[in-house]
Amino acid sequence: MPQLLLRRILLVIPTFIGIVALTFFLIRLAPGDPILLIAGEHGVSAERYAELQKQFGFDQPLFIQFADYLSQVLNGDLGLSVVTQTPVLDEFGKLFPATLELALIAMIVAIAIAIPAGVLAAVKRNTLIDHSITAISLVGYSMPIFWWALLLILLFSVNLGILPVAGRLSFIYDIESVTGFMLIDTLLANDKEAFIDALHHLTLPAIVLATIPLAVIMRMTRSSMLEVLKQDYIRTARAKGLSEFSVIFKHALRNALIPVITVIGLQTSILMTGAILTETIFSWPGIGKWLLEAVYRRDYPVVQGGVLLIASLVILVNMVVDLLYVLINPALRQK
Amino acid sequence: MSLKIHSIAAALLVLILTNSMHMAAASTLVYCSEGSPETFNPQLSTSGTTFDASSRQIYNRLVEFKPGTTEIVPGLALRWDISKDGLEYTFHLRQKVSFHNTEYFTPGRYFNADDVLFSLNRQRNKSDPWHKVSGGVYKYFNDMGFSNLIKDVIKLDEHMVKIILNRPDSTFLSNMAMDFASILSKEYADVMMKAGSPEMLDIKPVGTGPFMFVKYEKDAFIRYQAHPAYWRGKEKLDKLVFAITVDPSVRYARLRTGECQVMAYPLPTDILSMKKNPAITVDEQPGLNTAYWAFNVRKPPFDKARVRQAMNYAINRQAILDVIYQGTGTKASSLIPPTIWEWKGIDNDYDYNPNHAKKLLVDGGYPEGFEIDIWAMPVQRPYNPNARKMAELMQQDLKKIGVNANIVTYEWGTYLKKSRQGEHQTILLGWTGDNGDPDNFFTPLLSCAASETGNNRSFWCNKRFDDLISLARIELDKQKRKKLYRLAEVIFKQDAPWLTIAHSVRYQPYLKNVQGLKIDPFGGIYFSGVSLK
Repeated sequence: MPQLLLRRILLVIPTFIGIVALTFFLIRLAPGDPILLIAGEHGVSAERYAELQKQFGFDQPLFIQFADYLSQVLNGDLGLSVVTQTPVLDEFGKLFPATLELALIAMIVAIAIAIPAGVLAAVKRNTLIDHSITAISLVGYSMPIFWWALLLILLFSVNLGILPVAGRLSFIYDIESVTGFMLIDTLLANDKEAFIDALHHLTLPAIVLATIPLAVIMRMTRSSMLEVLKQDYIRTARAKGLSEFSVIFKHALRNALIPVITVIGLQTSILMTGAILTETIFSWPGIGKWLLEAVYRRDYPVVQGGVLLIASLVILVNMVVDLLYVLINPALRQK
Repeated sequence: MSLKIHSIAAALLVLILTNSMHMAAASTLVYCSEGSPETFNPQLSTSGTTFDASSRQIYNRLVEFKPGTTEIVPGLALRWDISKDGLEYTFHLRQKVSFHNTEYFTPGRYFNADDVLFSLNRQRNKSDPWHKVSGGVYKYFNDMGFSNLIKDVIKLDEHMVKIILNRPDSTFLSNMAMDFASILSKEYADVMMKAGSPEMLDIKPVGTGPFMFVKYEKDAFIRYQAHPAYWRGKEKLDKLVFAITVDPSVRYARLRTGECQVMAYPLPTDILSMKKNPAITVDEQPGLNTAYWAFNVRKPPFDKARVRQAMNYAINRQAILDVIYQGTGTKASSLIPPTIWEWKGIDNDYDYNPNHAKKLLVDGGYPEGFEIDIWAMPVQRPYNPNARKMAELMQQDLKKIGVNANIVTYEWGTYLKKSRQGEHQTILLGWTGDNGDPDNFFTPLLSCAASETGNNRSFWCNKRFDDLISLARIELDKQKRKKLYRLAEVIFKQDAPWLTIAHSVRYQPYLKNVQGLKIDPFGGIYFSGVSLK
């Protein structure tokens, strides 16, 4: 086990450097220049352009810029945003809790619905229930997030008026940001109404963000359950006279969950991509929206730093999933 | 007993809560803005989003634009004298103007000449200790030519400042009313510099304006509070909130549910439904912008005036207005929009007349027509909602006179760069005015100097035209200037280096209970003087 951990950690190092290199060169390969984009129609004189290039360090040869950046990153400095002139790490730190809160709630929603529904579909295989669940999952997976979000806003916010359109909290509440997690901050401020208001604000974005993971986890649970239910030990369990509940949830589901956990781990990256659209629509002040804007403006330090931090997060989650996988599956522990 | 106390306490709590909610709602205006500001210091930015959040609510300038117009009125300067040669401007400053008293700074004195010197010198002097703070890019200051124009800024006494220019410039006062010329507190700057955190000046602003900064969370909101000692009198609104909402459909949804009372930049396709909604008012005004199609006169066949005129006759601008602008634009018969000096289009503007266009081509030596490139912008701009589609419509029109057009496009930064170098044959582009002065369109876009830098995308350099606009720039009398620009425009239209296409109309939707909101010709928003019914 410690060996496995060590091996995984050692593997992270080249992955990490690869990511730094890839983001650094990819964003520069894309046409566009942050200085020209800031200048717009007004343009900028040649001397001024040279001056600004020097200021941002863009005048150096690309490989020197890369070497500088790499050493900077290894020292824990992700540089300053070209647009706002604030440290990338600070911006990320301020915005990340909002994304994490939304992603966690979305994941909880997705798992809470997907696993029981997947089990139900497998158990009631080829019935109307199974077909409906599979169909819903297919629709959920194929739905354009943007359109789906606007649809929900129109129904629940504009027409029914029961949920807020956007934001994290109504403006009548002024909650001090302590942890950056609105649900926790409102509780810390001991303001129940604000807590409920924050929950209301979370509902629609969480549903939207949960949609794709929900569909994926549901399908995986269903097929994995079907596989397990065919196994001999299930027949044995039934023959022993165990209750159907016990057969399904204790014997079948536990085994069926192994691939499902892998899929859940993989969904973290999907959640991060989904966050870009969801956050933009719901005016959710997270890193998705931040990154998107940085790409538009060719704010190189932000794009590089942001992608690097998210990639590190995905690597970390995948590592945890791998380890979890080993813990759950005794057969792997032996190897 | 304890139950009783509890229920009384609970009832009180409910009462306080509902009461405070009610009170907050009565005097708080929520504005759904379109994005996060880059900074709270307008000297450092060129973005309207930043100006809306900073200079337009928090700061004042020596001279300001009268709300809803491009007219110059006194701001922090009570009055000003201009020397006969037009080189010296003496500003007499308003007295007893208070800076904001915030949680992070308590002012110890009123506004005075030191603040003016500080605000201008930071941008002007490369050796100023403040020059390099927060990146030190003072784009607008340089763009408007202030770095070469201003010779010196002198404090005559506590309440008198003299600005000496290198050459007379009739646009100087208009430029001084622009956001970058906002007045910041020197006293606050000194405190921050001493504390070792000079950049706080640009992050936590202190101004003299109608609203004080309270709190900002990136991509979420900005909170302001009325400045109790505002020199024009305390605002009727107690609190102002910018709810940052990037998606325009979502901004509209928030307006409909009352989550905000005023929204920024509506989608053109939503205007009709907004106008039908009895709870919403939609104000409109032609924007301070012009979309144009420029012909590169350095490349044949556009070196011939007849060909350029033919292009002017060939394009059906009404169809463009109907299809591309969908009613959110007006035909540009002039290169400057009607919001500037109530400018009226010129009489000899071109009508849609494909037959005449064809005749001109024959006269110009191109009876068989030719093939051209139309460069179309890859992005939506305030003056042009969809350049690619516009180019497609033009392609159809040109076909009718025997001209085959290919549409070319590049990434936005590349597009601007390549066209500045004159790689294009014809190009769709536009301009948004900065200071409400006609010169701000003529000189940067069509002067001979601008054809050197490439900002003049047609590279057209006409001596007579250039002399007229140079004269107009020095002349201080508005009526005389107007005549000079008229003459210059006649030459421009005859020689036709451009087809002037449209001025987009700016729409400002807000709820009916909002009063006193004036649509700003510069495309910004001011909440001074606004109240809730």
